[in-house]
Amino acid sequence: MKTMGKKYRDPQRLHPVVNIIVTVLLGILAIACIFPFIYVVIISLTSEQSIVKNGFQLIPEAWSSDAYQYLWSMRGQLFRSYGVSIFVTVVGTAISVLMITFYAYAISRPQFQYRRFFTMLAFFTMLFSGGLVPMYIVVTQFLELKDTVWALILPLTMNAFYIIIMRTFFMKSVSESILESARIDGASEWRIFFQIIFPLSLPGIATIALFSTLGYWNDWFQALLYINDPNLVPLQSLLMKIEANLEFMRENMDVANMQQSLFSTIPQESAKMAMVVIATLPIAVSYPFFQKYFISGLTIGGVKE
Amino acid sequence: MKKIARDIYTNRTWLLMVLPGTIWLLIFAYLPMFGQVLAFKKFRIDPDGFFASVINSEWVGFDNFKYLFSTDDAWIITRNTLVYNTIFIVLGLVFAVATAILLSEMLSKKLSKFYQTSILFPHFISWVIGSYFVFTFLSADYGLLNYILEWFNIDPVAWYSEPKYWPFIIVFMSLWKGVGYGSIVYLASIVGIDRTYYEAAMIDGASKWNQIKNITIPMLKPLMIILTIMNIGKIFNSDFGLFYQVPRDSGALYSVTNVIDTFVYRGLMNLGDIGMSTAAGLYQSVVGFVLVIITNYIVRKIDEESALF
Repeated sequence: MKTMGKKYRDPQRLHPVVNIIVTVLLGILAIACIFPFIYVVIISLTSEQSIVKNGFQLIPEAWSSDAYQYLWSMRGQLFRSYGVSIFVTVVGTAISVLMITFYAYAISRPQFQYRRFFTMLAFFTMLFSGGLVPMYIVVTQFLELKDTVWALILPLTMNAFYIIIMRTFFMKSVSESILESARIDGASEWRIFFQIIFPLSLPGIATIALFSTLGYWNDWFQALLYINDPNLVPLQSLLMKIEANLEFMRENMDVANMQQSLFSTIPQESAKMAMVVIATLPIAVSYPFFQKYFISGLTIGGVKE
Repeated sequence: MKKIARDIYTNRTWLLMVLPGTIWLLIFAYLPMFGQVLAFKKFRIDPDGFFASVINSEWVGFDNFKYLFSTDDAWIITRNTLVYNTIFIVLGLVFAVATAILLSEMLSKKLSKFYQTSILFPHFISWVIGSYFVFTFLSADYGLLNYILEWFNIDPVAWYSEPKYWPFIIVFMSLWKGVGYGSIVYLASIVGIDRTYYEAAMIDGASKWNQIKNITIPMLKPLMIILTIMNIGKIFNSDFGLFYQVPRDSGALYSVTNVIDTFVYRGLMNLGDIGMSTAAGLYQSVVGFVLVIITNYIVRKIDEESALF
C-alpha cells in the first residue's frame, strides 16, 4: 500500500475530516445518553444551601455529603425497599426462567403431540391482551394478592415473546441426534433436560434471565397497582413517591429529634437525587459487564424458526 | 376415549413441563380476556368471589362505550396515542439507522464500542429514574434549563404546567431511551453484511456515500420494513412510564400527555370507573388485534420469512 504514495486513501475508510465530524456528532449523542446520570450524581453531592441559592449547578458552589448521611440516618426503609427489590428480582427471575424454559422446550420437541395447541395458547396472548382493568380485578379479587409480594412477581413471570424466542433457540441449538443417543442409553426426559439441554442452552437461558432480571428490577407499575404496605414497596416505587416518602421516612425515624440538630436544613433536593443514584447504581455498575450479553442476546432468536 | 388416555400418558413428561406455564397463561392472560366482558356490564363486587362478580354484574350493553365516546377524552387519547406513536416510528427509524451506519463507519473501533455502551444505557433505566433525569433540567426552581434561560435574560418557564412544550419533550425522551436499542439492532445487521459487496464496490470506485446508499441501506431494508410494520401493529399501545412518569402525572399537561394506557389507568385507580375503563381497554385490545392481523398480512405479502405467523 505504501508504494502507492501518501495521497492514497483506502476508499473503504471514511475521509479523515468526515470521520472527525461523525465522531463528534456521535460523541454528543453518547454524552447526552449518560450525562443525566453524572448530573444527578453531582446534584446529590451539592450542599442544600447551594441548591437553594444557585439551582442545580454543573459545578456546585459547595460540595456536601449531607444527602447521603441523611439517607443513612433513615436506612431502615431504604434497606427494606432494597430487600424487596432484590427478593422480587431473584425469586421472580428464577421462577420465570424455569417456567419459560420448561414450556418452550416442550413445545420445541417434535415428539410432543400437542405442541401446536400449546404454541398457539402462548402465541395468542401476544395478539390479544386482556387489558389492565380485568387483570387488576383478577389479581385483586380472584387471587387476592393485593399487598403481597406475589403481586410484584407473578404478573410478570411469563411472557409469550420470551417463550417463542426460547422455542426457536431450542429448535436451532438442540439437535435431535444427541437426544436420541441419550434416550437409547435409557435417560429419562427430565434427566435429559437438566443434564444435557440446560447446560447446552445456557447462552439462551442467560439472555432470558437477563431480560427478566432487568424487568423485575426496573418495575414500578405492579407496585403502583397493588402495593400500599410500606414494608413491601420496592426501590423504584419508593423513588416514585419520594417527596411523600422522605417525609414518611423522617416521621418513622426513632431518632427524629437527634436529626434536627445534625442537619441545619433538611437536604430535600439533594436527598432525592441521592436516592436516584442509589437506585441506579446496581445497574450502572453491572452494566458494562452484562451489556455484551445483552447485545448477543438480541440476535439469539428471530421470532420465527 | 382409551386412545386419548394413552396419548396423554405417552405425552406425560411434556404435559408436565407445560403445566405451570399453562396455569399461568390461563390465569394471567385468558382470565382477563374473559374479564373484558365487564366492558358491557356495570361492575358490582359479589361476595361469592370473582366469577360471581363478573357474571352477576348487571348487563348494560354498549352504555360504557357510549359514555366513553361521548366525551372529548376518547378523541384526545386516540389522537395522542396515534400521533405520538407515528412520530416515534418515523424518527426512531431514521435516527436508529443513521446512528447504526455512522457507528459502523467510524474509524476508531474502540471509540465506537464505547459510544455503543453509552447510547444503550438509557434502555436499562426505568422511567421513574428517567423522570428525575428530566426533572434536573426542567425543575422550575432549580432546573438547568431555566438557569440557562436566565443567563440569556429570558423569563423562566414553569415547564410542568405548560402543555405547549411537551410534545417535543415527550418525543425527545422517547428517542433518548429508544435510539440506542434500535441502532444496536441495525448495527448487528450491518456487521452481518458480506464484506465482498463493499470490496466489489470499492474496485468500481464507488464513494463511501454511494456504498452506503447502494449497499448498506438496501441490505437493511427488509429489517427496516419488518420492524416498522411490527411497530405499526403496536401503534395503539404506548409506553405508560413515558406518558405518566416523565410529565410527573401533571394534570395541566393531560391534553398533550394523556394516551389510552394512562386514561385506562386513571379511570381505574383515580375514578374507580371499572365499566368505562374496561371499555377503553377493550377498544385498545380490539383495534390492536386488528392492526396486528393486518400488518402481519402485509408482511407476509412482502416477505413470508419475516411474518410473525
